[in-house]
Amino acid sequence: MTPKSGNQSSDEVMHRHGMGAAGDVLLRVEHLTMRFGGLVAVDDLSFEARQGEITALIGPNGAGKTTVFNCITGFYKPSEGRMGLCHGDAAIWSELNALTESGKRGIRKDGNGLYLLERMPDYLVTQDARVARTFQNIRLFPGMTVLENLLVAQHNSLMLASGYTLFGIFGLPSYRRAERASIDRARDWLDRVGLIHRADDPAGDLPYGDQRRLEIARAMCTDPVLLCLDEPAAGLNPRESAQLNELLLGIGNDHGISILLIEHDMSVVMEISDHVIVLDYGVKISDGAPDAVRNDPKVIAAYLGVADDEVEKVEAEVGL
Amino acid sequence: MREGAAPGRIDTVAALRDAAITTLLAFGLFLPLIGFQTVVNIRNELVLDTRWPLLFGIVAAVGVTRLAYSFLFVPWLERFKERPMAVTPPVWLGLIRDWFTPFAIGFVIVYPVIVIATSGWGGALKWVDNFGIQILIYVMLGWGLNIVVGLAGLLDLGYVAFYAVGAYSYALLAKEFGFSFWILLPLAGVMSSFWGILLGFPVLRLRGDYLAIVTLAFGEIIRIVLINWVDLTNGYAGISGIPRPSFFGLPFDASDEGFAATFGLEFSPIYRTIFLYYLILALAFLTAFVTVRLRRLPVGRAWEALREDEIACRSLGINTTNTKLTAFAIGAMFAGFAGSFFAARQGFISPESFTFLESATILAIVVLGGMGSQIGVAVAAVVMIGGTEIMRELEFLKYIFGPSFDPTQYRMLLFGFAMVTIMVLRPRGLVSTRTPSVFLKERKAIPADMVKEGHG
Repeated sequence: MTPKSGNQSSDEVMHRHGMGAAGDVLLRVEHLTMRFGGLVAVDDLSFEARQGEITALIGPNGAGKTTVFNCITGFYKPSEGRMGLCHGDAAIWSELNALTESGKRGIRKDGNGLYLLERMPDYLVTQDARVARTFQNIRLFPGMTVLENLLVAQHNSLMLASGYTLFGIFGLPSYRRAERASIDRARDWLDRVGLIHRADDPAGDLPYGDQRRLEIARAMCTDPVLLCLDEPAAGLNPRESAQLNELLLGIGNDHGISILLIEHDMSVVMEISDHVIVLDYGVKISDGAPDAVRNDPKVIAAYLGVADDEVEKVEAEVGL
Repeated sequence: MREGAAPGRIDTVAALRDAAITTLLAFGLFLPLIGFQTVVNIRNELVLDTRWPLLFGIVAAVGVTRLAYSFLFVPWLERFKERPMAVTPPVWLGLIRDWFTPFAIGFVIVYPVIVIATSGWGGALKWVDNFGIQILIYVMLGWGLNIVVGLAGLLDLGYVAFYAVGAYSYALLAKEFGFSFWILLPLAGVMSSFWGILLGFPVLRLRGDYLAIVTLAFGEIIRIVLINWVDLTNGYAGISGIPRPSFFGLPFDASDEGFAATFGLEFSPIYRTIFLYYLILALAFLTAFVTVRLRRLPVGRAWEALREDEIACRSLGINTTNTKLTAFAIGAMFAGFAGSFFAARQGFISPESFTFLESATILAIVVLGGMGSQIGVAVAAVVMIGGTEIMRELEFLKYIFGPSFDPTQYRMLLFGFAMVTIMVLRPRGLVSTRTPSVFLKERKAIPADMVKEGHG
């Protein structure tokens, strides 16, 4: 299914800053619970996402998938639970309990890092822990050009290069070099998502499918280790959906970036993901390879429902 | 024609009905305002007088104007809106677009020379001071507020507070410690941006209307503190005798060490005015230059991104708190510069100069000019402030309306008229398109309907 690392590009991947070996645990979510008043949107959810893999989070509407995303990316503060994210060598996971005790947001050690996402505000999750996300209802900057959208995504590195605006205002060459580099990077991404000819058009002018791809390119410009996509295939036609599959597989293979994906479109989920987690009413009901999940009776029951007279039988089967 | 009549044809019945309603409304409104007048009679009693001819005259004028509007203006507006959009704009429009900015810059640089050449040394004082300097102060304030409102999309109704902080910083420090203008100018900027950050912190979580109300309150708080802290600010009486700026150490006075004597010129107050003109011109250019530069820097792009979508900004790792605070601080800094210049130019300041009306005027300039546009804001400042000043010159109106008629009393009418005209013809301001900060192949202006106005 997914071409695993081990091909030529994996060497390159290994050397990228902050990337661990493929197959190591990248994100570990433990006992994540999110309550809104009396409503438990996510209940004691634990799962792992691995380096270089595409992990899909699926479930019926209202299952709490987006809530999980909002917790991971810092937009919500979870009621309970721990979410660790590792940069580089997986050996640093041994520090997890010490880090939790210490009350710090994260540690960095010999180029490796470990972060507790539940302790970080949303912008630091992207800036320090390098988790990027897209939104279910596309959130581009419609009045800015496609190119500007990608430059805003490189804000933090450019801010540093502009000496927090001081060097930039005097137009120092070091800043101009950094800006050129960021434009090149944006151009690379525009090439990849096939939007280079629209670079100088306002993002709000693009057709829906292009906006989806642009949002992914913009998230990639933040230089993430984990890319969280909230229903990237929603509203796409079959051809665009196939293009998206190709793009996501490419991101995984060429850049070694792991993807966490919410998706309803089963053709996308089953085709590209390495690992599927199924949520229903905030509870994890299945977790495994796509084929195993597809045939899991609990999943079938959650998605298709069962006739009233069969409820008890199915419940007995699935062990509820 | 409102009820689905074919465009270009005028529905006479509807127009008449419309005019009748308007006349009735005007009668109801003006009956207490114009129809009655209280006068003091010979026994010092207040009696009610009626002014029926004036009332009916005005009400009839309103009705006739409304009819003219329905029959003449509306069809014209329809044609204006439905005219086919030229695929390629006419050549002269392109020429104006390309040459307007260099021409305007050249004009403001030689403006004092032109004025002296046309109206002589004596007459020039008024034109340089009342028109040149006064307009440029508002151009600078407009550009400063444009950073907060136009770029970052944060509606600030208390901008004049920072102007006041700059003016009082200069006035107090110059009087107490005798620091020179050139030391106090940056200091006033620092003070104002400090207050900008101070205001920024509590309002960071607020958006839209709530932000506007709190900034409005902040502006009033500063003014009321200035009024009531008599020990420091001398209250309503204000601060007078503020040291005037010197020409790099040479004071503008009639003494032997003065500017005129040093350069072997005959003493005239116009030298100081011309110096002040170029000073505020330089400050305004600095504001424009910094703003244009900032727009192309990550911080400027982050401001605009913040205006477009704050949540998306946070998802890209942008610290929105800091970004908003820098917008407040830099906007306030330019108001502080303008304020210290204002104090140095006037030599006298009082809380009267920093009322909410000033904030509203500056905001009106930004909105009329087109949020985010430098040229538009400058043109709007020229029209609004220049228009107010021109009204002072309309002496002939006194022959029409009687000697007690003061045209400057009607400047709000001018504001209102300009606002309504712009709202009808160009709802997003004079220059409503957004120019991208960076481009790969060609710089295409972004139409106004694409650009967000910000939500707080």
